[in-house]
Amino acid sequence: MIELKNVHKSYDGGATVAVADTNLTIGRGEFLGLIGASGCGKTTTLKMINRLEEPSSGAILVNGRNVIEQNPEALRRNIGYVFQGIGLFPHRSVAQNVCAVPHLLQWSAEAIRARCEECMELVGLPFDEYGGRSPSQLSGGQQQRVGVARALAAKPEVVLMDEPFGALDPITRSELQEEFKNIQQSMGLTVVMVTHDMTEALLLADRIAVMHEGVVLQIATPHELLNNPSHDYVREIVAMPRKRAKRLEELMRDE
Amino acid sequence: MSENLREQLLLLPAYFQGHLLLTLAAISMGVLISVPLGVWAEQSARVKRPLLAIVSIVQTFPSLAILALVVALLGGRIGFLPAFIALTLYSMLPIVRNTVTGLESVSGSVIEAARGIGMSPHQILREVKLPLAMPVIVAGIRTAMVWTVGLATLSTLVGATSFGNYIFTGIQTRNLVAVTVGSLASAGMAVSLDGLIASIQWLLEKRNEAVDSARLKRIRIGVYAVITCIAAIAIYGLVPQPRADFVVAGKPFTEQYIMAGLLASELEEAGFSVEQRVGLGSDVIYDAISNGSVDLYVEYTGTIWANYMNRESNPGREAIRDGVIEYLEEEGVVTVGFTGFQNRYALAMRRDRAAELGVTSIEDLVSISDELAAGADFEFFGRTEWLRLRDLYDIDFGNKLTFDPSLMYRALVDEQVDVISAYTTDGRVAAFDLLLLDDPRNALLAYDGMLLASDSASRNPDFMRAVESFVDSIPDQAMRQANRLVDVDGESINVAIEYLRSQLIGN
Repeated sequence: MIELKNVHKSYDGGATVAVADTNLTIGRGEFLGLIGASGCGKTTTLKMINRLEEPSSGAILVNGRNVIEQNPEALRRNIGYVFQGIGLFPHRSVAQNVCAVPHLLQWSAEAIRARCEECMELVGLPFDEYGGRSPSQLSGGQQQRVGVARALAAKPEVVLMDEPFGALDPITRSELQEEFKNIQQSMGLTVVMVTHDMTEALLLADRIAVMHEGVVLQIATPHELLNNPSHDYVREIVAMPRKRAKRLEELMRDE
Repeated sequence: MSENLREQLLLLPAYFQGHLLLTLAAISMGVLISVPLGVWAEQSARVKRPLLAIVSIVQTFPSLAILALVVALLGGRIGFLPAFIALTLYSMLPIVRNTVTGLESVSGSVIEAARGIGMSPHQILREVKLPLAMPVIVAGIRTAMVWTVGLATLSTLVGATSFGNYIFTGIQTRNLVAVTVGSLASAGMAVSLDGLIASIQWLLEKRNEAVDSARLKRIRIGVYAVITCIAAIAIYGLVPQPRADFVVAGKPFTEQYIMAGLLASELEEAGFSVEQRVGLGSDVIYDAISNGSVDLYVEYTGTIWANYMNRESNPGREAIRDGVIEYLEEEGVVTVGFTGFQNRYALAMRRDRAAELGVTSIEDLVSISDELAAGADFEFFGRTEWLRLRDLYDIDFGNKLTFDPSLMYRALVDEQVDVISAYTTDGRVAAFDLLLLDDPRNALLAYDGMLLASDSASRNPDFMRAVESFVDSIPDQAMRQANRLVDVDGESINVAIEYLRSQLIGN
């Protein structure tokens, strides 16, 4: 579904390398977690997929077509995107935010309205109650639900997520994570999610790519990553969730 | 209601319309130019700094200077157009600056989201950045609006009708009622237009809200009604009015207001429609008669001689008259004749003080001048006439002070100064019974009042007949008394006009 071939991204005429010669293949319906410390190149990698960033060299194929050969706006309208800062339009109502992409694609008014109701229902915000509100009248969790609904509105096959749940409180976060996982599976979405939270990646992703200083160190299923880390750095970052899981297990046993 | 106030309020509709049309036209043009410029500047750092610098520099120019420069650039054209251009230039800074600031302050994450969902740069600008920047842009427009309403009063000086007509006439003729009416009207217009923009903005912000309360509806209806009224008034102002047959103009001081009124009423009696443009700057008015946008006004020979012909010599009253007539003929301005009065500088003293010192002419001051204090208006000691007077008589005063003219007369009466640079037709010369000193060496220029007509107007024999009736008809004494009625006794211009009419020689 998505293929990165020798993708290289550098700034300042090659002085600063953000992403070094990366190859990645993400299958249809797969949920890939892209994890690493800040500045490791994970967000740049994500943004190159819908051309918010342009690769310095290499090719990125979405559905077999090189993204560089496509109109960037048309490309982005076909790929859902959930933003780190949520990025709702504060001057538009919730419903207008959700239908932003169908609107850009010039769907008919009835189709837009129907899809808007559908998507808002999907993320647990009934249209009648929330559609007319302004984003500022919603809680953080509700705002990101709108963000997810907006990403899904134009029925994309691919959804990119940039630390989508990072700003939420833990309870809201896990609620949304679970709901989104269900949506992803039922709709067969291909998802690339950037996160720095290993636990999140382990719980949601089918496979996880660990990035460090612009290089993908290991791509593996959560099970393999936990039990068979290929690098010291990978071992280091899976150690923390392991330790926590162990401690939790002990606590539960004691009871 | 006093007669004066009633007279002022009768002028209100015309001044209101002129002021409103000028302000709205300038602000609309300012928005049409400045918002796109602001958008351009926000997108290109190369444009932004020079553009902001230029609009800031325009703003730092004294507003009167901008008006004068625009008139000059338009080849001496006066009236609506130069005022409109100058006010538009002046409105630009707050709008351009707020557009840039407003666009720059749109949150980066919102813009990234707009890009990320596939909006084109144009759509991001139109659907995200401009709407979100709108409150800041509107704040800039409101600032510009308030400035423009205030500055529009100055456009009177270039011949555009505004509330400035009240203010300038009022200041020059010591009519505080006129000044007050003009200032209140201008302030009222500024506050109302500001409030109107604020309510439009409020309505636009509420546009998307589902709740449609009764209050919202009432306000909406009110705003629409006000906008409709304003648009109707402004559009009515744009409908070409039947152009007056002749335009009679005047500079901003009492004598000129009286003469313009007198000439206008005479022409009206002769059956012509007349438009009065009073209070024009003296730099503007001469150009206006040369190019025909003014048909008639009273000029002074000394002004033409010194300011337009740039002569520094003083060959005497007759020679100046002849020189000026010849010069005007070459310029295509028609000299109908002389009024009979002369409004020149003269040294003046209190009679008792002059008698005490035994002074009747400037010659008598020579031996004692270094013990005397002299008062003058702001420009007298800087003029070539003073230098010539100083050199010809070889005198200089022990103490030289400059004053606003009204304070200068007061200082003489209160014995703070011994001699002042009076104007020979000034009403206060008569009121305070001042002695004008003879000038046997012809140091001070002659300023004979002369009736100047545009070339086109002079071709109308009825016009010429009406104007010619004033040739050599107004003696110094009559003009001085008419000025006194306004300046000292506080009478209206109309009273002075009627007085002067009764004093005409040969009618």
